[in-house]
Amino acid sequence: MNAVLDQKLKPAAPRRKKRGSFVERTLKTLVSEAERALFAEELARKDGLLQRLDPRVKIVGLLALILTTTLARNFFTIIFIFAVAITLAILSRVPIRTLATRAWLSALTFTGTIALPVIFITPGNVIYHLPLLNWAITEQGITSALYLIMRVETTVTLSLLLVLCTLWTHVLKGLRVLRVPIVFVVILGMTYRYIFVMLDTARNMFEAGQSRLVGSLDGTESRRIAAASIGVLLTKSFYLNTEVYMAMQSRGFRGEVYTLDEFAMRQRDWLALGAFTLTAIIAFWLGRQDSLASWLNFP
Amino acid sequence: MSENIFDVQNITFGYDDLTALSDVSLIIKSNQRIAILGANGSGKSTFLRLLDGLYFPAKGTISAFGEPLTEDALQDDEFAFRFRRRVALVFQNPDVQLFNPTVFDEVAFAPLQLRWAKDEIKKRVGETLELMEIGHLKDRSPHRLSGGEKKRVALASVLILDPQVLLMDEPTAALDPKSRGQVVDFLISWSGTGKTVITATHDLDVIEDIADFCFVFQNGRVVGQGTPSEILADRKLLESTNLLHSHRHTHDGGDIHSHDHLHRFHEHEHE
Repeated sequence: MNAVLDQKLKPAAPRRKKRGSFVERTLKTLVSEAERALFAEELARKDGLLQRLDPRVKIVGLLALILTTTLARNFFTIIFIFAVAITLAILSRVPIRTLATRAWLSALTFTGTIALPVIFITPGNVIYHLPLLNWAITEQGITSALYLIMRVETTVTLSLLLVLCTLWTHVLKGLRVLRVPIVFVVILGMTYRYIFVMLDTARNMFEAGQSRLVGSLDGTESRRIAAASIGVLLTKSFYLNTEVYMAMQSRGFRGEVYTLDEFAMRQRDWLALGAFTLTAIIAFWLGRQDSLASWLNFP
Repeated sequence: MSENIFDVQNITFGYDDLTALSDVSLIIKSNQRIAILGANGSGKSTFLRLLDGLYFPAKGTISAFGEPLTEDALQDDEFAFRFRRRVALVFQNPDVQLFNPTVFDEVAFAPLQLRWAKDEIKKRVGETLELMEIGHLKDRSPHRLSGGEKKRVALASVLILDPQVLLMDEPTAALDPKSRGQVVDFLISWSGTGKTVITATHDLDVIEDIADFCFVFQNGRVVGQGTPSEILADRKLLESTNLLHSHRHTHDGGDIHSHDHLHRFHEHEHE
């Protein structure tokens, strides 16, 4: 009998390690994103150029550069703003590798997917025909795609610099000071806060399930468990929502939120604001110069 | 003569089909240190929320400081501000209570809602953070704190109002021994300043330190009351309310052996 049992309980032949279920991979990604958020906070506490500035200056300055990038009508201006962004990153001790992996690569993947058809469908001077398919690639198509990619890369870099070099709490306060509606800012802050709580709950639920699992489940069963877990998580989030609301009520919340805004502009903040404004004005002026575009031989 | 802080008369409360509290009556006076004892699901937390004006009884009445505590009364700004200023609740799960981006904002939240002057708030936040020895955490995000730190921030977030009544829901639950000791020390020192502290707990090891009088809850009813020493001496009551338990226990020194015993009353024959 024991021999039979031993035979049955004998571990199966080693199999190729699986990449894990969809749920497992999703959770791992979410956890790694949470770790990235931690890394971002570390960067925001470093002693760099942007970190030393008042959050309001950073928000206004970087937004001005983003706006200028989107309005620019020639490559030179976009490249100029991109160079400014890289300089700011270096002076703020943001690793270029971080920008490359978190901004440039992701932006290139997503924007590239969108921009690819533009190369073929934009009418203009044909410069090449794809073999077999015989699709025409136009000069104007390539220019439009490059504009889109460069604009997105530059604006994403500037946005990422703001997030990486500013504590999240200061971003929220900065938005508040800049008259973004308080309800929006509070919802944004609480969402960020409770994502971590719910993520922890999701991870615990998943690990509890894994600890009681022997072997692997088939697709149908995995999906059934994933759906049930999502349902439980949703119920828990409703419960948490009610509890948080009661905790707010208990401390005097009556539908209106009041906050303390305690930023003070120093000399370097005024200087930085001036530098941002000047750069944005120059870039805006350059961006409207059609002669630059023709000089660089772009339409 | 002590003022009646809460006068609870024949209250009943339920969640959908489940009755959480049934015909509960008790009076809590000023400067009292009260422990609400009961096993999980006995109605302790629900009772604290009723006292804090977060739930309202389906039957019966609650008066706070001589005034009826009702949903209508709390609609009135003047009454609500007065009541929230005087009564504070610390939730069992600090994650529920810490919803602001930083510890500083968390502590400033209540006085801001009660429209205190901003200079006064900044001053009081600083003082409260120092009192709770968490000044170094003021710019941290609450979700990055340890369990003990979260508990202290949760306490600071209500103590800034210097409330007359502090309601504590399982204050020592899920804390490491040091953090647990700090919370108990705080409760002892704070209640010594003439405040009323009402603590819901099933931790019998701390009730002599934090309470002068106890109410024992079971299935939403008050099934016993008395001083901590009276309650702790009533083994039958504690066993029937699942507050006392028998479990296997290992001794060291000489022969190592295991046997059933009652945890608090360590009275048994060793061979």
